[in-house]
Amino acid sequence: MSEVQTSKQLLDHYAGQVYADAAAAKAAGTPVGWSTAIAPQEFFETMGLPLVYPENHSAVISARKRALGFLERAEAYGYHADICGYMRVNFGYLLEGAKGDADVPPAPVPDFVVCCNNYCTMIVKWYENLAKELGIPVFMIDMPYNPEGVVDEPRVRYIRAQFDRLVGQLEDLTGRPFDRDRFREVMEVSRENVRLWKRAFEIVSHVPSPANGFDFYNYLTLMVFMRGRPETTEVLRLWIREMEGKIARGEGPFRDAQERFRVMFDGIACWPQLAHTAKVFRSHGINITGSNYPDGWAVQYETGDLEGMARAYASVANNMSLERQVAKRVEIIRQGRCDGAVYHMNRSCKVMDFLTYEAQRRVFEETGAPYITFDGDQADPRVFVAAQFDTRVQALVEMMEARKGDGR
Amino acid sequence: MTERMRIEAILRELFEVAARPGVSVAKRAKRGKPLVGVLPYYAPEEIVHATGMLPVGVWGGTADISKANHYFPPFACPLVKSALELAIRGVYDGLAAMMVPCLCESLTFFGQNFRAARPDIPFVPVVHPQNRRSPEGVAYLRAEYQKVQARLEAIAGRKIAPGDLDSAIGIFNDHRRALRAFLEEAPRHPSLVLPGVRHAVVKSSYFMDRAEHAALVGELTRHLKGIPEGESGRGKKVVVTGIMAEPEGLMGLFEDVGLDVVADDLAQESRAFRTDVPDGGDPLERLARRWSLVEGCSLAFDPGKERNRILLELVRRSGARGLVVLMMQFCDPEEMDYPLYRKDFDAAGIPVLHLETEPRMSLEQARTRLQSFAEMI
Repeated sequence: MSEVQTSKQLLDHYAGQVYADAAAAKAAGTPVGWSTAIAPQEFFETMGLPLVYPENHSAVISARKRALGFLERAEAYGYHADICGYMRVNFGYLLEGAKGDADVPPAPVPDFVVCCNNYCTMIVKWYENLAKELGIPVFMIDMPYNPEGVVDEPRVRYIRAQFDRLVGQLEDLTGRPFDRDRFREVMEVSRENVRLWKRAFEIVSHVPSPANGFDFYNYLTLMVFMRGRPETTEVLRLWIREMEGKIARGEGPFRDAQERFRVMFDGIACWPQLAHTAKVFRSHGINITGSNYPDGWAVQYETGDLEGMARAYASVANNMSLERQVAKRVEIIRQGRCDGAVYHMNRSCKVMDFLTYEAQRRVFEETGAPYITFDGDQADPRVFVAAQFDTRVQALVEMMEARKGDGR
Repeated sequence: MTERMRIEAILRELFEVAARPGVSVAKRAKRGKPLVGVLPYYAPEEIVHATGMLPVGVWGGTADISKANHYFPPFACPLVKSALELAIRGVYDGLAAMMVPCLCESLTFFGQNFRAARPDIPFVPVVHPQNRRSPEGVAYLRAEYQKVQARLEAIAGRKIAPGDLDSAIGIFNDHRRALRAFLEEAPRHPSLVLPGVRHAVVKSSYFMDRAEHAALVGELTRHLKGIPEGESGRGKKVVVTGIMAEPEGLMGLFEDVGLDVVADDLAQESRAFRTDVPDGGDPLERLARRWSLVEGCSLAFDPGKERNRILLELVRRSGARGLVVLMMQFCDPEEMDYPLYRKDFDAAGIPVLHLETEPRMSLEQARTRLQSFAEMI
């Protein structure tokens, strides 16, 4: 790549390349997989098996305002409109013949699927259905929920044993031995990328923040798709350098506005209305300087430590107790120096919604940061009501102003 | 007392328990047994029994929801939402503990919200593995059950003596067999064991001691076998599938429109006792192995979708003319299975009625749909 490129341009290049690479691999006879978003990709990267991520695919389709047709296709097939919008877009895409176009990335039909339920329970059903409908194997990596916020030893042993089993399954699939040296390299790259990802969080917390609104959600694509690849290291390093440059020059997140307020955005972005939500935030000088969502990919372990890796993947915040989820949000609000919080009551995502009310009360009690909740969806454009969002954001602004006026 | 009178007496007793679980449970609490609330599905109730406590089913109800709205959004599963409402209102006060399996998101976060809302009632979570057939899955679940055992022993204030758990397993397996035998016999007596009665016989088991229930159901089945088969051909035979045959009055509609339930695939009914705890070895491991034997349930990882085959076979074997899907509102696991088995039923030319259920549903609308279905099949 040319040196004059920005991290955003590089990001777009690599993100676009993923689908082309997967299609090329498939054409060359390499099995291609579809995977849940926070699966231990290290094993597949080591084996050179390309993975495509349906959730990201559905998010892109939704952000490009193409979800509705796919949603309706899946609903006509019998999927209830109450179920996850990403899943419905994904099945709609398959039912429409899995064809890409200018807006819809051309995800090839998979030869196998990888399901890790460390942040979602419903996803087990999604992947079961993919495996059955396509007649392909599913590699199920089960990470039991941790109701008391601790990944206990029996859980670690269980997950570790599944890793060992997975290695054998991948050797059978490819007819090649699992290369332990290559595995260490992939773990090392993944570890570095997670370190950089965490470092980016720290830099974003600078006042004013060098990152703009939903930036994190954009760069997240790399953490989903290429957490084990040097390309991600390259982009994240460049992004961090760019942000450091902005801090040195005293630049904030917006070209045309000051950063007046900093908020934590809780949950997945409202992709179908991304432009509207971003515009309303910017019009009030609101910047997002923390989110529980991108933090999910900060899977930290030591290279070579499979038990540590099991524990890290099982410790994704959604897989944790209420107390741990509250503590994580308090930490994000403090680190991001947030003045308030915006909770997305995302109709698709029951795993996030079902603790939101109690979590937000407790987070408020600890931080005093005012909060609002709005109704939306990560994929289905029919849920969000602009007037509700706008009014609630206005209310949040008033609460944050009042609190700042108190001299806090 | 004639056989028919005894049958009617037992049915009345069980019907009463199912209709007023609170009364039945209170009576048992007075006998000095601590009660443990048990949320659905596949909880190791044998461990509760072995500690000398009585497991009591918690499957929600028809309560008006107000307090639970502070925890769950409007689109949450009505079962857990009403269970939380009842918990906050104090209906479960006096329970020694609440055992909560985490087999779906609704249950998982019911557990967390329950613990937040009622920290005074001990919370006993159970997290089943989904790679449940592998040795590591069984080993993990055994360890999880061991933790449950230690919790329950601390709550009961007594250790499970050697042999107690094996004997509890025996009692529960006998109970499962008794219910299966009853459901085999029931279709031969369609005018006695009406759909609502059938449902009540099974439902009552959640609010009684299992040995006591097994004895009553066993006696009922014996008497049923002793009388001539009821007249057939009046009702049209159907199979029902879903989570449960609620709210109250729903099964009465089947009777009204002339539908006989000849078999079920409900989580609260047949799925709960289709699978016995296997023989041999350490009792906790036997309990864990039961989960690995479960087949065709929306809550258990089923990559081959055995449920499609099991449901089709159930309909064919029972001579049913169609399938009624009692789709509990906002139930992801059930909603995800539906399009796939529906496709197989359509291909086989077997009629399917999809009926969305929730505690405050309009029974009149349901009646119209069931009526048209009964006319169609």
